[in-house]
Amino acid sequence: MPPSTTAGAFVGGLGLIISVPSVVLFTTALGFGALARDGGFDFGHAVFLSAIVFALPNQMVLIDQLMRGATFAGAALAVTLTAVRLMPMTVTLVPLLQSEKRRPLLQVLAAHFIAISTWIEGHRRLPTIPVALRLPFHLGAGVAMACMMLSGTIAGYLLVAGVPALVTAALLFMTPLYFILSLIATSRSAMDLAAVAIGCGLSPVLYLVMPGFDLLATGLIGGTLAYVLGRRR
Amino acid sequence: MAALEDGFGGYLVLFAAGFLATEIWRWLGLLVGSRLDMAGEVLQWVRAVATALVAGMVVRMLLFPAGALADLSLAVRLAAFAGGFICYYAGKRNLAVGVAGGSVLLVLAQLMPVP
Repeated sequence: MPPSTTAGAFVGGLGLIISVPSVVLFTTALGFGALARDGGFDFGHAVFLSAIVFALPNQMVLIDQLMRGATFAGAALAVTLTAVRLMPMTVTLVPLLQSEKRRPLLQVLAAHFIAISTWIEGHRRLPTIPVALRLPFHLGAGVAMACMMLSGTIAGYLLVAGVPALVTAALLFMTPLYFILSLIATSRSAMDLAAVAIGCGLSPVLYLVMPGFDLLATGLIGGTLAYVLGRRR
Repeated sequence: MAALEDGFGGYLVLFAAGFLATEIWRWLGLLVGSRLDMAGEVLQWVRAVATALVAGMVVRMLLFPAGALADLSLAVRLAAFAGGFICYYAGKRNLAVGVAGGSVLLVLAQLMPVP
């Protein structure tokens, strides 16, 4: 049942704490916490990163760079290249969140809570919610996901050393499966499906040809191709 | 060896190279997104770009994984991935069935004795 009040919508968003993306995010955060400990980072540093960045791939890239002894500029560049993907994701989600009332600060917070999981769930769930209640729902979802990310990071840092490698692998495997199945589940048009298919095909080629820029190039080339194909129909 | 210095300096590095380097793209997205029409052509294109990018990330994780997944053979990973799709459709397009099914299949495929 769709929520009818602001508080109800916020609580509805919080309810995502019991969901597939929440489990997936927790397991990815477990991996991040374990990686940070292996890399010799302080507990405080690992938790701080999860608390402020809210984008696990970027956090992994950052600690990986620092572990390899990269310079500050090199590390920041690698992180920002990984983060470019957040711009098109934010561009497509923000219009869904806008109502007549302008709330600039809450919009900035809403943008902070955009990561792959909340982007996918947003596109899936927001269109069914009344416009005025979408922002509180998304903020609730963001808080729920942030809690999972923090608890996953803490658990990963403190506990993961004793878990068998095959179990860790199975947990890590949930992330790509969740991403691809929900991309297909939220596809609304032939253009969406074309973007999924072309992105899948291009990515390994571009990874070998231009590592570091491969995802960006996959998005731009694959997305444009899918757009053109979708228009021609 | 700690990878970062203790105290304020280490946190400052994480704030600048982690938070600012990431958040700038969300701020830019907010700036552009709040000026676009929901049904507009530009938004359609950006949506296609974002979708292709995430799909590309999935294939990269599958073919060139890091960490514990890298220890499993490509055949095991691909078979379990396909198995996840089958579970998803067999389970009436239930996301949890697909995700959990694929992960269980990964463990089974790895433990299965090679003929």
